[in-house]
Amino acid sequence: MDSIVTPASAALRRPAARTLLFAGLGLAIAVLFVISLGLGTVHIPAGRIFPALVAADDSPFAIIIQEIRLPRAILGALVGASLGLSGAALQGLLRNPLAEPAIIGTSSSAALGAVVALYYGFAALTPLALPIFAISGAVLATLVLFALAGRDPGVLTIILAGVALSSLTGALISVAINLSPDPHASLEIVFWLLGSLAERSIDHVWLALPFMLVGWVLLLRCGPALDALTLGEETAASLGFSLQRLRLAVVVGTAFAVGAGVAVSGAIGFIGLVVPHLLRPLVGHRPGLLLPASAMGGAALLLAADIGVRLMPTHAEFKLGVLTALLGAPFFLVLILNTRRRPL
Amino acid sequence: MPLALDPDPIFADGFSLRGVRVSRGGRGVIDGLDLDLGGAGMVGLIGPNGAGKTTLLKTLMGFLEPSAGTVHFDARPVADWDRAALACRVGYLAQGAPCFWPMTVENVVGLGRTPHHRRFGTDGLKDRAAVTAALAATGVEHLRDRSALDLSGGERVRVMLARVLAGAPDVLLADEPVAGLDPHYQLQVMEVLRASADAGRTVVVVLHDLTLAARFCDRVVLLDRGKLAADGAPIDVLSPESLHEVFGVTALVGRHREALYVLPWSLSQPTARAAE
Repeated sequence: MDSIVTPASAALRRPAARTLLFAGLGLAIAVLFVISLGLGTVHIPAGRIFPALVAADDSPFAIIIQEIRLPRAILGALVGASLGLSGAALQGLLRNPLAEPAIIGTSSSAALGAVVALYYGFAALTPLALPIFAISGAVLATLVLFALAGRDPGVLTIILAGVALSSLTGALISVAINLSPDPHASLEIVFWLLGSLAERSIDHVWLALPFMLVGWVLLLRCGPALDALTLGEETAASLGFSLQRLRLAVVVGTAFAVGAGVAVSGAIGFIGLVVPHLLRPLVGHRPGLLLPASAMGGAALLLAADIGVRLMPTHAEFKLGVLTALLGAPFFLVLILNTRRRPL
Repeated sequence: MPLALDPDPIFADGFSLRGVRVSRGGRGVIDGLDLDLGGAGMVGLIGPNGAGKTTLLKTLMGFLEPSAGTVHFDARPVADWDRAALACRVGYLAQGAPCFWPMTVENVVGLGRTPHHRRFGTDGLKDRAAVTAALAATGVEHLRDRSALDLSGGERVRVMLARVLAGAPDVLLADEPVAGLDPHYQLQVMEVLRASADAGRTVVVVLHDLTLAARFCDRVVLLDRGKLAADGAPIDVLSPESLHEVFGVTALVGRHREALYVLPWSLSQPTARAAE
């Protein structure tokens, strides 16, 4: 048990392992990004992808790659990174491996905000209405969650508050669909809610990116405080961190990152649960280091899932959010079983 | 010497409390406390359950705001201190020393360095040296790569103590660090704290074991219902009379070689305390 490691070799080993992890994640993102560019109804040979990406002409390959597949791949990486990062930050804040934007109701509240924007025609007035409404919904929901959960929330309280929030927002979305005067519009909302990256343009990227960046900066800066929070709220405070500021940063950061993602891709669940959980042992369970790792891991996993839906031999393209839910929900169940066995 | 003219000077070194009242849940837990804690040495904070010992430490740290009176550290109100700057000077060992993720002992101890990062930027070499020294001081080097969740009670307290020491604070506040430990670990933790005081720190430690307080502390502060009941050398504070008065116990007080021991032996006959 007591491994004898000299300080010198330990110092060598750890930064090397960390570099390896981040290099591996970066490589995975790059490879999956290129595969994503190569996939679609039109077959484009591997050797033609890069020329088409940088071509300044209107050749069919250049248009397909630049206007259809590139936005899809970029959004996959951005939304995935937002979900992974938010999941890691929420788990660090709540010191609970079951926290996730979808489970605690942030995603569905963002979706409700977006539906309101769509339903009442705000989205038609300005494209900015969609992310702004989605982010507002997410902020509101997270504040309600914290109010419900209280100062030192346990697993059960968080999950129950999340279930209550998700049910409420789900019901309100159903009301919007139910009362929609135009059946076509309600069908559109339903499909959009399932979560997808198909048929997105570069405009969607520009719409979401600024909000996501704000969220990412807020969340990534929480690293040292989340590390300190490992030792409890008082110890974190004794190390000079303000818990109120930390909570606010995580709430607002998550709402911006996830809200902007939901606005352009619909609700995609479980990335924020699965990714931090898989990567946590690889970063030595350090919540701060887990933030950038989960952002990169989330980007890779969502790119992979989006490749997956295109490879599935279904008649209509499988929705991305449906796939992540199908894979993520059983994962969540196993996690609950493990949590019941061990205290953490 | 302008200080000499001041009838009740705020001490320039360490913590100074003047007329401090703290209420928790509508109840006055600390009720008009004047106290100075500073200079090298070990101060034992003792008193019955609910006397306000933990509340006092939390007030010193600025977690709790006094409803009246002032709390100064180095002649500046605690509330005015930059949190990271104060964290560099004052280390705090919370009761129970919780840990939520299975981080390695080395990383947990490294967290003690975070206030310094925020003030002066990271200094990897200095941090590593401080962590190694702290692990050695508490005798937990062999646990370096273990998960902080897989430790026994005694190991965990020493690791958390190493975390505080790694921050190289001038003042160390420890809330019941030996609670729940076997005699071996109790003595070991007290010796680490004693060594820390001998190295020039102010160590304030909440204790329930009166003999440990008598043996290791230079000064004992006895709190009773939020008020200062006695303050001074262990031999003066831990007298049978004051223990009877405050704890309602009859204690055997004696000496083994030169050291004082205090053994609570039986409940006192019905007293003012019991009648209340």
